[in-house]
Amino acid sequence: MRLDVRKTYKLFIGGAFPRSESGRSYELLDAKGNFLANPALASRKDLRDAVVAARNASEKWATASAFNRSQILYRVAEVMEGRREQFAAEIMAQEGLTKAQSLKQVDEAIDLWVWYAGWCDKISTIYGSTNPVSGSFYNFTTPEPLGVVAVFISENKSLTDVVHGIAPVLAGGNVVIAIAAEDYPLSAITLAEVIATSDVPAGTVNILTGKSAELAPWVASHMDIDGVDGSGLDAANYEALKREGADNLKRIQRFKSVENPQRVLSFMEHKTVWHPIGI
Amino acid sequence: MKFEYAPAPESTAIVDIKPEYELFIDGKFVASKSGKKFETINPANEKVLSRVTQASAADVDRAVKAATEAYRKTWSKLSGAQRGKYLFRIARILQERAREFAVLESMDNGKPIRETRDTDIPLAAAHFFYHAGWADKLDYAGLGDNPKPHGVVGQIIPWNFPMLMLAWKVAPALATGNTVVLKPAETTPLTALLFAEVCQQADLPKGVVNILTGDGLTGAAIVNHPGINKIAFTGSTEVGKIIAKSVAGTKKALTLELGGKGANIIFEDAPIDETVEGIINGIYFNQGHVCCAGSRLLVQENIKDELLEKLKRRMSLIRVGDPLDKNTDLGAINSAAQLMKIREMAESGDAEGAERWSPQCNLPEKGFWFPPTFFTGVSQAHRIAREEIFGPVLSVITFRTPSEAIEKANNTPYGLSAGIWTDKGSRILWSAQQLKAGVIWANTFNKFDPASPFGGYKESGWGREGGRHGLAAYLKGDFS
Repeated sequence: MRLDVRKTYKLFIGGAFPRSESGRSYELLDAKGNFLANPALASRKDLRDAVVAARNASEKWATASAFNRSQILYRVAEVMEGRREQFAAEIMAQEGLTKAQSLKQVDEAIDLWVWYAGWCDKISTIYGSTNPVSGSFYNFTTPEPLGVVAVFISENKSLTDVVHGIAPVLAGGNVVIAIAAEDYPLSAITLAEVIATSDVPAGTVNILTGKSAELAPWVASHMDIDGVDGSGLDAANYEALKREGADNLKRIQRFKSVENPQRVLSFMEHKTVWHPIGI
Repeated sequence: MKFEYAPAPESTAIVDIKPEYELFIDGKFVASKSGKKFETINPANEKVLSRVTQASAADVDRAVKAATEAYRKTWSKLSGAQRGKYLFRIARILQERAREFAVLESMDNGKPIRETRDTDIPLAAAHFFYHAGWADKLDYAGLGDNPKPHGVVGQIIPWNFPMLMLAWKVAPALATGNTVVLKPAETTPLTALLFAEVCQQADLPKGVVNILTGDGLTGAAIVNHPGINKIAFTGSTEVGKIIAKSVAGTKKALTLELGGKGANIIFEDAPIDETVEGIINGIYFNQGHVCCAGSRLLVQENIKDELLEKLKRRMSLIRVGDPLDKNTDLGAINSAAQLMKIREMAESGDAEGAERWSPQCNLPEKGFWFPPTFFTGVSQAHRIAREEIFGPVLSVITFRTPSEAIEKANNTPYGLSAGIWTDKGSRILWSAQQLKAGVIWANTFNKFDPASPFGGYKESGWGREGGRHGLAAYLKGDFS
């Protein structure tokens, strides 16, 4: 019998896969209570490193053409497709679902990614406007990327919720620091491996595994984070996040696990430009 | 050359200011249980205009109950088309009584009649007219079919555009089916109280709009009342953060329009005379009491001297004085407290080594006045380059390259407005893309319209007001 070559699940920061600088990991058990992996237990320093990587990547992603971003995100879906078996195996192990159920979730997650990818170059058309102001002015409003967005992944579905968390924020031209659900880190890190090989520029997506409740106060107080999706936090941690995050008026929102363009728009800023009309 | 004008004061006979005002709750004026009153004065002559009521927490509770009843029993039962008709009525009454509102606003606020007559009041009416038409088209607001209002909205507005800010808040709230508890600013309550009369004339169902006068304590009682479903606040970033923290553990929605330190960027190829007018309008409009004022002048180094010479010449023509004089350009500072703040900030500019310039002008003896002023030799680190002054004080900073201009413009925690002056179209669009600000005026400044979304990036606030985007903030989506 051949012994499996197991994978070490590490963090994803700035395009690399480091262990936590703290040297910490946590024991992850499968749905039946058997040992599954020792994913990294991310620290405050890892978060700060991820913010630096994200900020450095921000301008390139925000100023890439919407069509280009859309193609890159579609490429992620293509590469996901090639990893269906691995994603399904991890869903089975983490959630205790059957193989058929797991494959169904993989299909759903890939299709959802494609759905969000398509929003990149439609969001301004649908949610921007030209505004008929009084007087001789041309006036238009466009949604623009917010900047660095931290996402607490919710934990209903191990892979689908990672897609709900990351893809819409990217589609809006933002860079992401995702904090995986504590019980479902494997899907997030395998998706990181897909992202790392899909032309997504390094630092555009960063993924931390560990304890959301431990990282939430550091996310809240970090002054270089512009927005937070708090879907994966419980009520008490979400409330604290909103309170502490008010120090730099972070845009903080949480969502139901439904596909909705508001997930893209919630992390965009509407900019209105005026110019006189005349000869 | 200086033109002399005879005084041309607008008559105050059109306004009928009562010696005292009660609170407007559930469709009528009622006395506060606290019985406390405070004076509101004319900042141009320090004369007492009236005594208004300090609403207590118990009064806030009464108003929220009235608004809740009105929401349940009448306002949410009406079709959008019917709601819209009430807004159209209000818009028309504001137009009919426009001069009365303009004079009253000038008296209570200190701003020139030219501005209240030509900007504040017509725009306030326009906001009601614009939003009236939305009331039966909410399915197109961008949140899917049949979006729901929040319920009772608490609205707290500032003293710089009292009636216009009321319209910005009340019109979209009513159009979307919410009911309102509104608090005007402590120093400028009178036009809001006159608006209560307009609601009565329009036969607006009782309790749909409730108006509570008072200070920050009244505001805090509104923010913290459990019966309020959404807060809309316009004011300082400092207070905005306090409000954000206090609603953090609740289900209350929140929009904030906060401070700014707008950069007005002048490139070397700017049309110089139009630019000078734009700078004047950017910082001396409304005594500089404008959150989106162009309070930092970023001028390309090689045209600085020429521009400042022209600016000085133009500034010496600014007429400072009686707000009710139709020739007045710059009126009174709104309050003694604000005047102190402006003086303190200007003194910090002197102390930190910037150079102050103001034209020769004779300020009235009574009232609160500050001459139009600019500082040169300002560095990014100076307080007058970083902090909002909220007065007629401009900080002049130079740059050499477009990218340096953008970097300096964005080097602030604020992100409300910016100006761009250049003859080159591609540079306008490039600059507009780079600037982290919610409103960009290119070759113009300080223009407002109900159809145009207004609001800030970063610490200048949450959400937009005006246009479809502003409307949507008064509706609930089903995604969160």
